[in-house]
Amino acid sequence: MTKSQRDIIIFTAFGLAVMITPLLLRGNYLLNVFVFIGINTMLAVALNLLLGFAGQISLGHAAFFGLGAYISGILTTRYAFDPWMAMVAAALCVGVIAFIIGFPILKLKGHYLAMATLGFGIIVYIIFNETVDWTGGPSGMSGIPNLSLGPIIFDSYMTNYYLIWVFTLLTMLLSVNLANSRIGRALRAIHDSEVAARVMGVNVRLLKVQIFTVSALISALAGSLYAHTMTFIAPASFGFNFSVELVTMVIIGGLGSIYGSFLGAAILTLLPEFLRVFHDFDIVIYGLLLIVMTIFMPGGLIGGFEALAAAINRRKEA
Amino acid sequence: MLSLQRITKTFGGVTALEDISFNVESGAITGVIGPNGAGKTTLFNIATGLYSQDTGDVYLGGQNISRLPPERLARLGMIRTFQNVELFGQMTVLENVMVGLHTKSKSGIFSCAFKLPGQIREEKTIHRRALKWLEYTGITDLAGMTAGSLPFGKGRLLEIARALASEPRIILMDEPAAGLNSRETMGLAGLIKKIRTSGITIVLVEHDMELVMDVCDTVVVLNLGHKLAEGTPRDIQENPEVIAAYLGDG
Ligand SMILES: Nc1ncnc2c1ncn2[C@@H]1O[C@H](COP(=O)(O)OP(=O)(O)O)[C@@H](O)[C@H]1O
Ligand SMILES: [Mg+2]
Repeated sequence: MTKSQRDIIIFTAFGLAVMITPLLLRGNYLLNVFVFIGINTMLAVALNLLLGFAGQISLGHAAFFGLGAYISGILTTRYAFDPWMAMVAAALCVGVIAFIIGFPILKLKGHYLAMATLGFGIIVYIIFNETVDWTGGPSGMSGIPNLSLGPIIFDSYMTNYYLIWVFTLLTMLLSVNLANSRIGRALRAIHDSEVAARVMGVNVRLLKVQIFTVSALISALAGSLYAHTMTFIAPASFGFNFSVELVTMVIIGGLGSIYGSFLGAAILTLLPEFLRVFHDFDIVIYGLLLIVMTIFMPGGLIGGFEALAAAINRRKEA
Repeated sequence: MLSLQRITKTFGGVTALEDISFNVESGAITGVIGPNGAGKTTLFNIATGLYSQDTGDVYLGGQNISRLPPERLARLGMIRTFQNVELFGQMTVLENVMVGLHTKSKSGIFSCAFKLPGQIREEKTIHRRALKWLEYTGITDLAGMTAGSLPFGKGRLLEIARALASEPRIILMDEPAAGLNSRETMGLAGLIKKIRTSGITIVLVEHDMELVMDVCDTVVVLNLGHKLAEGTPRDIQENPEVIAAYLGDG
């Protein structure tokens, strides 16, 4: 079995599991949690393209998510845009923004890049709060219309679940494809040795900006979907904490692993549901998780599983 | 093929290269030797666009390439290996060589993500050609290994395989025999000659004199950023200044 055949089988199995899950879930509460897992998976996969593949940190990805949500919200509530059109417009806008800021920002490395993206996130967060006439300020924006497709209106937990997960599955599929292509290899090459990548003909500067743009664009799409399914948005969802949460999802799941991003997103979405204390200490818990993971499981959960499977195989052979 | 003209490079107060000129003949193996700190690696870094020189020009096949970045030079057919082996450590041996084919392929993010038919075909070609270069350098059996876990000698071979995969006109090798045992060095000498036979021009920075004398057509000697001598291996071996630089306090 070739690698690409195996990829297809894994994706199909995962997709089927996602499709039948709602039939097994009892009650809207759980269904809603799984909607959030879908959105967070989409965001984590998007960030993974940048962080896990190209090795470039972003502590401002919640801003792209928020921009998608707010642009969708403003265009539909104030300018009577069709929600689908608003989504496309939001994604394009954010893509352009990311492309423009990408050139200066991605010249930076390591801590400096972290600081610059953090700064960007904070500026955008302040804009959400302060431009009250546009965004409704800290108290948020409501009345955002649902998406619809012919006779289907995506306004129930069940319809939202399928809406979100179709986009999430598509994001995962395209990312897996990208991972196993010349672009995916070039990105991982940048991660391992920028100098060698350049010498082998990879336009490192341009490719970094391109993947940053794609990552931001997917995040904006997730933001639009979020706005149109929740119908209400507020700045608190798009702050620094959420940017850190996204990084935590990617690292817990495993850098560079698409299914790992799903695991990371699932765990970090479910955890607060079980732990009530979480809300006051979330950033502390993310910090601890990050430290523990990087020390004991640098490959993330997926890396851990792979190591375990290899160990079991070795024992069988012995 | 490659022509360096009056290259000078300083780092702060240190003059790494001063007024260095020489030509690399097409199809030949040109050796660049000299004690540690002579400026050999700096010369490669300038030729391949990683550093920019203070003064002087570099020409490749008649074209002035002085201000071109490494990724452009790769497309023009100039490729190099590194003294400290720069592999893509977390990728497999095969994938490393596949990156070597980057300039030989062109699918963008969109066609890769959507697996457009042209991209699928291109991917197959990349895979097939990468395997060919593994075989050429004799490391086919390591294809699935993580590059970072390779023994040093195999890493050197992989770097050469990756460089060859881009089908260069000229390849610059920075101390490819450093860290190799004598059996591996002999294998390397054979490989270098085989590469030359295929028509690729080679510039070889090396400490292993036996290897240099064995494979090189011309040798350039650097010492403390100056060009000390240039000539056939035999001339160089008998040059009193060269002998002094190597045996004396230079
Ligand atoms: N990036 C750099 N920054 C400062 N000094 C450098 C740098 N690269 C090389 N040098 C200096 O230039 C001189 C030549 O170094 P190098 O080209 O590495 O010599 P070689 O490869 O012949 O051993 C040395 O004195 C070295 O310290
Ligand atoms: Mg050197």
